[in-house]
Amino acid sequence: MSKPLIALKDVSASYGTKPVLRNISLEIFPQDFIGVIGPNGGGKTTLLRIILGLLKTDKGTMVRNLGKEDIGYLPQVNQFDDQFPITVNDVVLSGLTAGLNLRRKNRKSSLDLVEKVLEDVGITALHNRPIGELSGGELQRTMLARAIISSPKLLILDEPNTYVDNRFEQELYRILEELNRKMAILLVSHDVGTISPFIKSIACVNGSLHYHPSNKISNEQLAVYNCPIELVTHGPVPHRVMEDHKHD
Amino acid sequence: MEFLHLFEYEFFRNAFGAAFLMSVSCGLIGTYIVARRMVFISGGITHASFGGVGISYFFGWPPIAGAAVFALLAAITTENLTRKKIIRNDSLIAVMWSLGMAIGIIFIYLTPGYSPNLMSFLFGSIITVTPRDLLFMLALTMVVSLVFIFMYRTILYVSFDEQFARTRGIPVMLVNYILIVLVALTIVLSIRVAGIILVLSLLTIPQNTANLFTSSFGKILAWSVVIGFIGAISGLIASYYLNIPSGATIIFALVVIYLLGRLVRWIGAYMN
Repeated sequence: MSKPLIALKDVSASYGTKPVLRNISLEIFPQDFIGVIGPNGGGKTTLLRIILGLLKTDKGTMVRNLGKEDIGYLPQVNQFDDQFPITVNDVVLSGLTAGLNLRRKNRKSSLDLVEKVLEDVGITALHNRPIGELSGGELQRTMLARAIISSPKLLILDEPNTYVDNRFEQELYRILEELNRKMAILLVSHDVGTISPFIKSIACVNGSLHYHPSNKISNEQLAVYNCPIELVTHGPVPHRVMEDHKHD
Repeated sequence: MEFLHLFEYEFFRNAFGAAFLMSVSCGLIGTYIVARRMVFISGGITHASFGGVGISYFFGWPPIAGAAVFALLAAITTENLTRKKIIRNDSLIAVMWSLGMAIGIIFIYLTPGYSPNLMSFLFGSIITVTPRDLLFMLALTMVVSLVFIFMYRTILYVSFDEQFARTRGIPVMLVNYILIVLVALTIVLSIRVAGIILVLSLLTIPQNTANLFTSSFGKILAWSVVIGFIGAISGLIASYYLNIPSGATIIFALVVIYLLGRLVRWIGAYMN
């Protein structure tokens, strides 16, 4: 087996005095597509922040076999101001920065990259549009473009399916399936039902972390994992979540 | 062009220079403030600086120096404590805001005799700008301009999404501190132009006027400088001929430009 990109071992983390994650371990390999599920406040976003190096751990070890710049990140929509005066072009371009670079880089090649990645996510026509004028789906595509423009080895997505319509959601997963050939993906979702067909394994996070090496999970297992989440059904989406799966 | 003869007066040449320099620094710094929704923080820094003015009167120091020290203290305290989540951001600002004013009032009361320039600190007085003030303004404007030229993208990315900027290895804390220090210094020097009570409008009205026509950070930067300059100069000239206070007239001119912008937009929308 190849070396993991990220290996967390017995990691605990807290906000101030409030413990959020206790003794979690997780390994992320180059071809992984892990769905991270769990209740609100269970520590899903905290887990991402640790991997991104935004939060210090209280104890445990994290081995990173990739540079900080090799991680692409799509944050929750409430992390930034969606009325901020910035154009799609500039948002996507920000995904190419690395450190405090005071010199002007080759703008032409950067802009060519922006053009290409906007095409990949299907919003070429919008590049001079301020983000305040975008629909929810267009905004998420912009953030996805920003996350993948640096061709990361690991792509981390925090609830990319909030405020988007069903059609875009399906397209998003198709794009992610494509991207997964080139990079590992860690996808946080409140809705395991919809992401289930696309992911390869599941991590249930609720204070602790239970890794489930399959994309099928049953209500009983979620109970065993102490991961109470709603299994919502909507639309003609194929649901494999309820299928029983022997615990081994 | 009848007003051109005003350039024969030294006070007018100084005022013109101050209007130009402060349009540049307020245009740039104000865009940062407005984009990051830091207007209230800036209000806190502005009013906190009055404490420094009062203490300076009492000890006979240059008031601008005291104002600068208090503004910097307020700026760095906000930046520091908010991050540590010790106190809620808006409550902290309110405390600094009123504490600064209180200290100022107490020390001015304790100072024997009449404080002649007090009104100019509250309401500004661009026509009494001295060559030494201009030198400070020139230095600040050059620093602010250089920071925005060399760090334009960094400032934009940190302002838009701090967490993401951090994941890209940008030293976010350093950038935040550099900018809050420049915000404080720009406010203190602009107090010469518009006074503690009116200065916030120099940092917000041009930006909002520009924002009527563009939502690109870079274009708002450039247009705020131009709009701020037009407002400052027309306000200055109007105040001379109407014989009314310059600071207030400049603010009034800026608001008139804003309303004209609204009108243009409204007509534009109506025509389509």
